Amino acid sequence: MAMGLFVAQLLTGLANAAALFLVASGLSLIFGVTRIVNFAHGSLYMIGAYVGVTLMNVLPGHFGFWGSIVLAGLITGLIGVVIEMCVLRPVYKAPELFQLVATFGVILVIQDLALMIWGAEDKLGPRAPGLKSVVRILGEPVPQYDLALIAITPFILFALWWLITKTRVGILVRAATQDREMVGALGVNQAWLFTGVFFLGSALAGLGGAIQLPKGGADLLMDLNIISAVFVVVVIGGMGSITGAFLASVLISVLNVFGVTYLPQSTLVLMYVVMAVVLLVRPYGLFGREEKAGEHGQVGEPDRPIRPFGKMGMALTSLLLLGLALVPFLGSSFAQVLIVDILIFCLFAASLQFILSTGGLVSFGHALFYGGGAYAAALLMSYADTPMEVAFILAPISAGLLALVVGWFCIRLSGVYFAMLTLAFSQLGWSLVFQWNEVTGGDDGLVNIWPSAWLSDTTTYYYFALVFVTAGILFLRHVIHAPFGYALRAARDSARQAEATGIDVRKVQWMSFALAGAIAGLAGALFVFSKGSIFPNELQISKSFDALIVVFLGGVKTLSGGIVGATFLEGAKDWLIRLEYWRLVLGLVIIFVVIIAPDGIVGTLRRLGERLGLRRQEEFMR
Amino acid sequence: MTAVLKVTDLVRHFGGIKAVNNVSFEVAPGELRALIGPNGAGKSTCFNMLMGQLKPTAGKVFLNGEDITGRPPREIWRLGVGRTFQITGTYQSMTVAENVQMALISHNRKLFSVLPRAHRLYREEALDLLETVGMVDQADRACAILAYGDLKRLELAIALANSPRLLLMDEPTAGMAPRERINLMQLTSDIVRDRGVSVLFTEHDMDVVFAHSHHIMVLNRGELIAEGSAAEVRADARVQEVYLGGGTLFAAEDAHA
Repeated sequence: MAMGLFVAQLLTGLANAAALFLVASGLSLIFGVTRIVNFAHGSLYMIGAYVGVTLMNVLPGHFGFWGSIVLAGLITGLIGVVIEMCVLRPVYKAPELFQLVATFGVILVIQDLALMIWGAEDKLGPRAPGLKSVVRILGEPVPQYDLALIAITPFILFALWWLITKTRVGILVRAATQDREMVGALGVNQAWLFTGVFFLGSALAGLGGAIQLPKGGADLLMDLNIISAVFVVVVIGGMGSITGAFLASVLISVLNVFGVTYLPQSTLVLMYVVMAVVLLVRPYGLFGREEKAGEHGQVGEPDRPIRPFGKMGMALTSLLLLGLALVPFLGSSFAQVLIVDILIFCLFAASLQFILSTGGLVSFGHALFYGGGAYAAALLMSYADTPMEVAFILAPISAGLLALVVGWFCIRLSGVYFAMLTLAFSQLGWSLVFQWNEVTGGDDGLVNIWPSAWLSDTTTYYYFALVFVTAGILFLRHVIHAPFGYALRAARDSARQAEATGIDVRKVQWMSFALAGAIAGLAGALFVFSKGSIFPNELQISKSFDALIVVFLGGVKTLSGGIVGATFLEGAKDWLIRLEYWRLVLGLVIIFVVIIAPDGIVGTLRRLGERLGLRRQEEFMR
Repeated sequence: MTAVLKVTDLVRHFGGIKAVNNVSFEVAPGELRALIGPNGAGKSTCFNMLMGQLKPTAGKVFLNGEDITGRPPREIWRLGVGRTFQITGTYQSMTVAENVQMALISHNRKLFSVLPRAHRLYREEALDLLETVGMVDQADRACAILAYGDLKRLELAIALANSPRLLLMDEPTAGMAPRERINLMQLTSDIVRDRGVSVLFTEHDMDVVFAHSHHIMVLNRGELIAEGSAAEVRADARVQEVYLGGGTLFAAEDAHA
């Protein structure tokens, strides 16, 4: 009996692996050739599901069902081609961050387009004709469709294997995976090779979305729901490896099914723990090859030398602070609450910009430390009866210690792998908080985390936040101009020269990661006491992405970009989310900035000012 | 007088290839010594092992009698070895002076300090070093807009920041115009004379090598086949075989230059 259950679950896991493998192999293929981590891959999976369900409702019978799946794949592939040609072609030469942000813009656009076309209601997938019942295996019911999926998956793996190892196209793809420039030099039209690979990868994602319809249907959340699992699969399997994607899909799917039965409280955690363990032993995944850093070029002009504020800058900053200090006398308490939100977001963004711009470390999981600080304060208040003031001080310290631990693992990698590992750790943290109901309250969060009586007044808390945010940002700015900040920049500019002149690059980066984590934790602590509560979404992927996007909007190659971007976005958000399709607008703005104005708001203004003669060109650029 | 650098039976294999095979030599204080050889002779492999970028398969490297085999680059630098690279590695986002200041900050172990303003630290010392290499008039320019020859000189100033007793220069004049090459090697000779530094360099340009080196070593297929003064090496039959025997190598070098 127990044996029967075991086998039935194993089969369910293998069946679930089918869709996951299709999506993951597509992502892996695209990365292998174009070196682009396509965050919008989950969106293509969602499109495949929606297109499939629409077609299935029109086309009848066996032919209609399977034909719809194939058509959904082809249509998704074509949509992928459109995305590749419009959004990605202009940014192939840009650093990873630009590509990731661009594909994130695509996610937002597709979310709203899907909402426009298919509506907010979940679509139920039709069941496969002829495969509607169950088979008894060792007494346990197993859906026929699951068995069909298990039978189909090896064929897809085989077809991909054949395509890649036996055909001319496959040879080109493999050659491009190893050396893109050489393939280009040998007369292969790279642009079309990339587009072709994008078509294939997108079609695979679409197929994955359509083929899982009888099991899962189609809804608007499925893009983000699958993307983290897909990333786990691709990272475990090794970026660019189809075989790796297959093995990892099976591993993760089976693990998930058994996890649901035996460890229902930790299914999500399990996946990320496996990933972290694999990466510890094999930093580039089971079948991955080492990624050479520094492969990507520059966008726009090189980073400029920096100087602390002169008299003018100091005067303007003082004026701004004075203005902020006067707000309670002029504005409503609503304005104060809004500004506190903006200030907190600014501090969070500034801490990310510190490691991202000065350190060159593209972290995808920075929300872990923001949420970590907030939860540290909330947990201390809830369980240890810690006075608010003590909890407030311990929050950034806890976040800093957390960053010290996480950083120890992550700093060993660079580029895309560093980004992926930080993402995995933040997801690990999120799933821990989300599923550990007894302690963290799970989805219900922790509530009644209010500041002490002397701080409970809106205006008092406004000043409290203003002081700490200002202090935090000024401290980071000072560090950037101090020897430590210079060492961090040196490590980013030329790790080889830095190591050859006595700089321990890893250690410098590790310490900066911890410092950024602590400051993010401070922002988190300010947040939790301003809201009185904390929920798991404060350390979700989207929170990390928010910070990345504002740093990007503000300007990566500037010191103040994050702050300007955060003010801009948080200020606009209030107005923006009143629009029905605000994601579409934001997504298009992001894509626009990536392609047209990669210097961001601050960088573009600086250049514009210089061109118009309003601002003197800095002397060291002459 | 003990040797500044002593290398004994250095070996490095890459798979089945013996890139460097049983190489032994010494560099005396104040000596300007060249390591030459055709492409693929093992010069860069040799250099990377001296500086710690690569671990030797066998053999030892001693610096002033201390065994430094297999230590990381930054430790070897702290023991007084400066290095310039074949492809320059400078900090693009800093000014010329700050590039040198960075090395001085590292030398004075202030890397983790968060209090002082870095652009004011050790500025005078940095300007002195830039004076040495003739770059002081460009001290406040952004490194990103320098000409290539100036980057090479800047790198030399950086390498001098911890008052090294030994300078390792990997193809110092590669990619430079003929006039710049002569100037840079003259500068290097002056530094050797004035500061008592020893220099070991690899080079492709034979004019540079024969004009400036005190002592020349010739590497071929991972083995030292000859060494001595310029005249001795020029007269050596095996060197002639390697460089002239094929009949093309010197010509190729000239075309390259």
